[in-house]
Formats: sequence, structure tokens, C-alpha cells
Amino acid sequence: MNPYNYLYLAALLFTIGAVGVVVRRNAIVVFMCIELMLNAANLTLVTFSRLNGNLNGQVVAFFTMVVAACEVVVGLAIIVAIYRSRRSASIDDASLLKR
Amino acid sequence: MVTSSSLVYLIGLPLFGSLFLLLMGRKADKWGHLLATAMSAGSFALGLAHFFAMTDRPTEERALTQVLFSWIKVGDFNVDAALLLDQLSISFVLLITGVGTLIHIYSISYMATDPNRRRFFAYLNLFVASMLLLVLGNSYLNLYVGWEGVGLASYLLIGFWNQKPAYATASKKAFVMNRVGDMGLSFAIMIAFATMGTVSFEGVKESVERAGTPALTAMGIMLLIAAAGKSAQFPLQAWLGDAMAGPTPVSALIHAATMVTAGVYLIVRSNFVFDAAPTAQLMVVIVGAITLIFGAVIGMAKDDIKKALAASTMSQIGYMILASGLGPAGYAYAIMHLLTHGFFKASMFLGAGSVMHGMNDEVNMRKYGGLRKFMPITFITFGLGYLAILGVPPFAGFYSKDMIIETALNAGGAKGIILGSLTLIGAAITAFYMTRVMLLTFTGKPRWDENAHPHESPALMWIPMVILSIGSVTSGLLLYRNDTFKNWLAPLFHDHAHHEELVPPIVVSALALTMVAIGVAIALMKYHFKEVAPVAPEDVSWATRFVRNDLGQDSLNETLFMKPGQAITRGLVAMDETVIDGAVRGVGSMAIESGSTLRRTQTGYVRAYAALIFVGALALLTAIWVVTQ
Amino acid sequence: MLEIATPEAVLFWVLAPLSVVAALGMLLVKKAVHSAILLAWVMVTLAIFYIAQGALFLGIVQIVVYTGAVMMLFLFILMLVGVDASDSLVETIKGLRWIAITAALGFGGLMIALIGRATLGRSYLGLDIANEDGNVEGIAVLLFSNYVFPFEVISALLITAAVGAMVLAHHQRTNHRPTQREQAIARFRTGSLGDAAGLPGPGVYALHNAVDVPALLPDGTPAPTSISATLKARGDVIDSAKFQLDVVDPTIKEEK
Repeated sequence: MNPYNYLYLAALLFTIGAVGVVVRRNAIVVFMCIELMLNAANLTLVTFSRLNGNLNGQVVAFFTMVVAACEVVVGLAIIVAIYRSRRSASIDDASLLKR
Repeated sequence: MVTSSSLVYLIGLPLFGSLFLLLMGRKADKWGHLLATAMSAGSFALGLAHFFAMTDRPTEERALTQVLFSWIKVGDFNVDAALLLDQLSISFVLLITGVGTLIHIYSISYMATDPNRRRFFAYLNLFVASMLLLVLGNSYLNLYVGWEGVGLASYLLIGFWNQKPAYATASKKAFVMNRVGDMGLSFAIMIAFATMGTVSFEGVKESVERAGTPALTAMGIMLLIAAAGKSAQFPLQAWLGDAMAGPTPVSALIHAATMVTAGVYLIVRSNFVFDAAPTAQLMVVIVGAITLIFGAVIGMAKDDIKKALAASTMSQIGYMILASGLGPAGYAYAIMHLLTHGFFKASMFLGAGSVMHGMNDEVNMRKYGGLRKFMPITFITFGLGYLAILGVPPFAGFYSKDMIIETALNAGGAKGIILGSLTLIGAAITAFYMTRVMLLTFTGKPRWDENAHPHESPALMWIPMVILSIGSVTSGLLLYRNDTFKNWLAPLFHDHAHHEELVPPIVVSALALTMVAIGVAIALMKYHFKEVAPVAPEDVSWATRFVRNDLGQDSLNETLFMKPGQAITRGLVAMDETVIDGAVRGVGSMAIESGSTLRRTQTGYVRAYAALIFVGALALLTAIWVVTQ
Repeated sequence: MLEIATPEAVLFWVLAPLSVVAALGMLLVKKAVHSAILLAWVMVTLAIFYIAQGALFLGIVQIVVYTGAVMMLFLFILMLVGVDASDSLVETIKGLRWIAITAALGFGGLMIALIGRATLGRSYLGLDIANEDGNVEGIAVLLFSNYVFPFEVISALLITAAVGAMVLAHHQRTNHRPTQREQAIARFRTGSLGDAAGLPGPGVYALHNAVDVPALLPDGTPAPTSISATLKARGDVIDSAKFQLDVVDPTIKEEK
């Protein structure tokens, strides 16, 4: 099977994740969409690793996972902190930047 | 104790006193004046120890140098913060700390009721420290630090009662006019650095031959401007009269005895420059001659006792500057007159302060009269100072002033005759206005205000006056006898020329005394045998008006400098407002306009920004698509 | 390479459409919990794809870290935060949805077109040689040789993130914590005495004791205070009226 198919799949998943970030309002769902995009990127890395015949891509994908884990921890802590002060998990409610 | 390493304490003691009192604040109010006086006295004691140690050493080893630290080190250019104590410096050190200590003591009583007495003493100590640095610095740059320090202290003390706007203005005037002189000093330092590559006195002295006459002339003129600014000489003389706004001890110490003589010190210290630049030397003489007449003429019309004394100071410093411009023959006499003047003028200023103290701070001499009976000590000390400044033998002024007149006459040719006659005329005018001061203040009928209760000042005030008046009686003879002072300073100057006596000394003395007698006689006619009006008469000739108006010095400065300056400033302000501000405002309003347009894209919603990023990524992909086509 | 029906191809063509459908579902379902479950499914399929592509280590890590740890974290936070209006799918920013869909179509289309156009310029190599000593060993060798410095930096990042999360989530108590005694006093002093003995528990006795069923009061009406406000907000409340025994038939005898 042509490994390029994985790349097409990754592109689709990435696009879906991006749309999710834009259209969903629940901060946690937005976060999950970001995770989806990261996973799609990881899939391309693994695929390229296979195409190139070395393991560098996999190592970078591993690093991506670690960074994603950090990001989830901090991001969710931020969501909790915001929820605690505003009683809302909607990212539209945190729109004080324009003021 | 009297080794070179103790030089720094001469400055350090009063500097510590000043900083300590300023930092301690109100806590030191009770004992601050005592500390300051002790610091000044300590410095005087150390100075005396140094003086006696110096007299014990042979002539060649008398100068002491203490290097404190390496101050500026750039390539070959190296300036140390170093102190130099030689025969010239020690004369000043003793004058500054001696008179300074006496005036500290006087001020304890004079300022007793002032709530800010501690601050006053802190400034006085600051002045003493700066003045000592000025005379002890071994290079023009070190001198410059002290030079600015005394300027600052003078500014602070003139404006000490700055709650009165006129006094604050007077201090600003003094400060600004001093800046003009300071410019001259900084230019002189730059010239020295540019042409000789050194700014120390020793270095400049050694490289005088290399520098060439034009550079030396320029440097000399710049030094003269500096001296004119600090010593209130023509054309920078206008500030001294207004400087009398400060408390009287300040006028005595700073604006009579010490700071204003810094210009003379500068010129005498730079003797090697002026000896090599005859043009600059001639200008020194001219400035001195103009000022000595100028000050004396102003002094004739002053009713304010302190301003009359200030005009007299200006005139007397004119004598010193003139003497220092006469070359090696005059340097020693300039400094000698400076020292005797320090005694008698400080004594008279303190006397004036004592009179004011007893007369509710009245300064108008037309409101005095007949105070002799009420203030006997003040009368006697003031009178001794009066006899000294007149040059009556054997008082101090006789020796020092006569020597200047004699040197001027001996300058030879037309120069000698012109200078000689100017100094003699100056002596006559001095005799006139000083007699006027004496008569208006101490003799005649009382013309006081109803609520005046004249009384003698307390002991703390009259003791310094007595000591100073003793100095003004004896100092002249002590310094003159056997040419003591001239020989003392001689190693510093290159006096190779043989001075022939064109006019015998006895003739000079006779001439001078005749002129003095004429001046006294005119004053007696006008103010002793005639009734003196308590208010200055208005129906006077234009000449009197002109003199009362300080010979138009302020109007001249206004027309020449202030008005054009204001015009330039107004023009610049207009340009600033239209061109520069216009451009700035244009940029600002452009930013506001574009900002308010762009603001609409900012909704504050994270998702909107995410959508923008998404669209941006799409644009990027499109670009890649187009590029890889 | 162009074989049609290798086992991997079968795997791909079965799982890939499912993962895309699950991802789309993530966007379309209303409840965040459902999104999370769908995402977990997508991640599991990706893990399978990793393993299929010879990335054994990553596949396992994907399952352990992502589906195991990260998704559990998401569920925890969902539980903490609860539900509110943010779950609504109605778009509040005008035109945003259309911008998103248009951009997505353009982005996805261009991406696929670009991948179709791109080639590596050589046939793909496969990981057979690289994985000769085993995939985990291969990654380990790289990780501790070429990538050792990034590896150490990443460890610092992890610790920083952990500390940062603790700081962010830390909640300083600003008021006095009421003691049990004070709580008891407050309960009696304020409100009706009806609540003094505590709120009624949920569930219809002997018929349905789940937390989402309100208790029945003696007169047969449901007690609204007996269930959690969160469940009510979510709409996860079962009507307890249907458990009510309308008429008790006295003729029916208890059977022995």
C-alpha cells in the first residue's frame, strides 16, 4: 500500500481539527481539537520516518507527544482557573482583550 | 601628621561635616552648627600645622603632593585626583579656613533664630570644602571640580532665604553668570588638552614652549573669562550686587574674602600661561583697570550698606586682577592684597551684619546715623577695616594697595602712566565711598525708624570681628616687612626681569595718600557738614541716576543677551510648535486613524483570531501551490 | 508496493474512514463527553496506524499517554467544570462558521493536492533496516545520542509545566472555612426548617434509585431538591412520575 495515503488522512484530520478550533465554543472541546491536529502532525512524522527509512521522525513525534502532554496540563489548568473565576468554560466569555 | 597623606583631611573634614549635617536632617538641629564649626576649625588647625611644617622645610621641598586615585585614564591621557600644597595654596588654605572658622563662629549667633541654621552650616562647610579643593587641586580639572563646588555653594547660600522671590532670582542670576565664566574655564581646559595633552599645572608649565603663542593667548583669554565670571569682573560683574541677598556671613566669606578671589588665584596659578601670552596678559590688566573704576563708581551711589561693600569688593578685586596682569612683578602683590582684603573686607562685612542685626535688618544707610555710641565695638572694628581699605599707614591696605599702585606706575611708558593714574583715581573714589559709608552709618544724627533699638551684638559676633580687625591692622606689615611674602611666593614665578623703579616708593605713597585725602574731604563736605536725607533725593542729575542704576550693567545685559535670547527662544518655540509638533501630531493622528480602522477587526474572540490564523495558513498554502506550479 | 490487498491496506481502508467519521463527529456532537470518547477512538486508530507503520514504540506510547493519560485528564476536567451554555452548537459570531467551512475546504483541498503533487524523488525505503535491532532500541540509540540535549531540555519543560499547572490550579482560601458547628447553626437559622435535617436523597424507593431520578414526595409529586443541580442543567433527569403507583389495587393479594 502506498504510505502516501497516511498523509492524505493526516491532512484531513488536521483540517477537521482546525475547523473544530474555530467553530466549537467549549474550551475543552477546542482543546481536544488542538490535540487532534497535533496527532495528525504526528502521523505525518511517523509516515515520513517510514518513507525515509530512518527513525528521526519517530523521535521527533515522541518529543511532540511530550510537549503536547505539557501543553494539556498547563492548558487545562488555565481552563480550570478561568472557570473558577468566571463560572464558564466558554471561550467566547473570555473576550476581555477587545476592551 | 603633617605629611602629604594628610592633605585630604583638609578637604575631608568640612566635606564630612557638610554631608553629615545634610543627611542627618532635623536630628542634628541642636548641635549641627557646633559640628560644622569644629570641622572648619579642625581644617584650620591642620592647615596651620602644614604651614609651620612647610616653613621648616627648605624652599625646594616645600610643595607637597598627594595622589588620591587615578581619575581619568584614557590612552596616554592620565588625570589623577591629586592635591598639591605649595606656598600659594597654603596662603589660601589659611585664609579660607581661618576666616571661614571665624565666620562660622559669627554665624552661630547671627543665624541663631533661623529655623534652618543646620542647613546653613552644612552649606558653609560645603563651601569651605569646595574652596579648599579649588586651591589644592593639582590640575585644571581638579580645580574645576572645586570651582563648580563653590559655584553651587554660592548659589545655595545666596538663595538661602529663597522664600523671597527676589532672593531666589538673585541666586539664579549669580549661577547663570557664573556658568558663562565656567564655559571659559572648560574651554581653557580643552585648549590645554588639545595643544599640550595634559591638564595638570606641572604638565602645562613644562609644555608652554611647545604650545605656541596663539593657543596660549586663547587659553589665557578663556582663563580670564573664567576669572571674570567667578570674581565679578567686567563684563561679568552684574551678579555680585544681587548676591548680597544671602545672609551677611555668606557675603563676608564667599562674596568678599574667598570665593570671588578665586579668579585671582586662577590667573596667578596660571602665571606660566600669561607670561607666555602678552596679549592675554594685557587683557587681564584692562579688565582689572575697568573693573576697579567701575566698582568704585557704583559704590559711590549705593545706599544699601551691603551693596556698597559689594561694589567695593568688585573694585578691590579689580586691583588684584590688574596686579596679576602686570606679570611676575605683580603676582605676589595681587595675592598679598587678596589676603589683606580678605581680612578687612570680611571684618567690614561682619560689621555691616552686626549693624543690621541691631537695626532690625535695615540695610539702607540713610536710615542709620549716629550708631557710634550704641555699637562701640562694631564702630571700632569697622573703622579699623575702613582705615585699612583706605590705605592709611600702617594699616594692611597701605602696604598691599600701595605696592599695586607702585607696580602699575613702574610698568613703564604710557601703560604705566595710564594704569598708575587709574589706580590712584580708584584710591580716591574708594576713600570717598568708604568715608560715606562710615559717616552715614556711625556719625551724624539718628535717622532711624521709630521701632529701631540699636544695640551691640553678642560676644560670639564681635569676637570674630575683633580678630579680623586685628588682622586688617597687622597683616599688611607682617607680609610686607623684609619682602616676606614676595620671597615666600617667589619660587613659583619666573621673575627674571629686573624691575627698575621709575617712581620712588615714597612718592607713590605721598600721591596715594593725597588722593585718599581728597576723597575723604569731598565725602566729609557732602555727608558730614550737610544734612543727610533719610530718603534718597530724586532730583538728581542723569549721571547720578546712571550710577545708581549700576552704570546700566543690567540694562546692557538685557539688551545684548536677554532680549535677543528671548527672541531666538520664541522663534524656536514657534518652530517647535508648528514644524516639529506638527509632524509629531501628524504621525500621532495617522496612527489613531489607522488604529480606529484596524480596531474593527479586533473582536476579542479567540475563535475569530483562530479563524484568521486558519485563513492565513490557507493563504500560505495557496502561495506554496502557486510557487510549486 | 502497488499491491492492492495487503493486510495493511485492508487495515487502512477500514480504519481511516472510521477515524475521519469519528473526527467529524467530534465537531458535530453536542456533549463534550461524547467528543472526548470520539477523540479517544481517533487516537486509538492512529496508534494502530503507527504500529502498522513500524513505529511500535510510538504506538504504545500513543495509547498509554494519549488515550490513557491525556484523555483521562480531559474527562477529569470535564467532570470538574461541568456543563453550561458552551455546549450549544448555535454559532454566535456572525459569518464565522462559513469562513471556517470555506477555509477548511480550501485548506484541505490544497493540502491533498499538494501531497499528490509532491514526491520524495525516490521510492520509499521502509523501516526494515532501521528497525533491525528492534524499534525501541533504535529510538533509544537516537534519543540518547543525537537527541540527548533536546531530551534533557524537554525534561525541564515537563517539570516547569507541572509546577505551572500547580500554581495555576492552586486556590488560596480567602475566607474562613465554616466548621461543622457553624454549618449546623446556619442550617437552622436560615431558610425553612424543612431542610434542617438535610435534603432528600434521590431515587424512587424500591423502583429506581439512580441519582438522576427525583424522589417522590408523599403526595406523589417529584422532589426537585433531591437531585444535583448539574444533572438538571444537563437535562439528564428522568421523570419520576412514571414510577408512581397511580392506583394501588387492593384486590391484589400478596403472594406467598
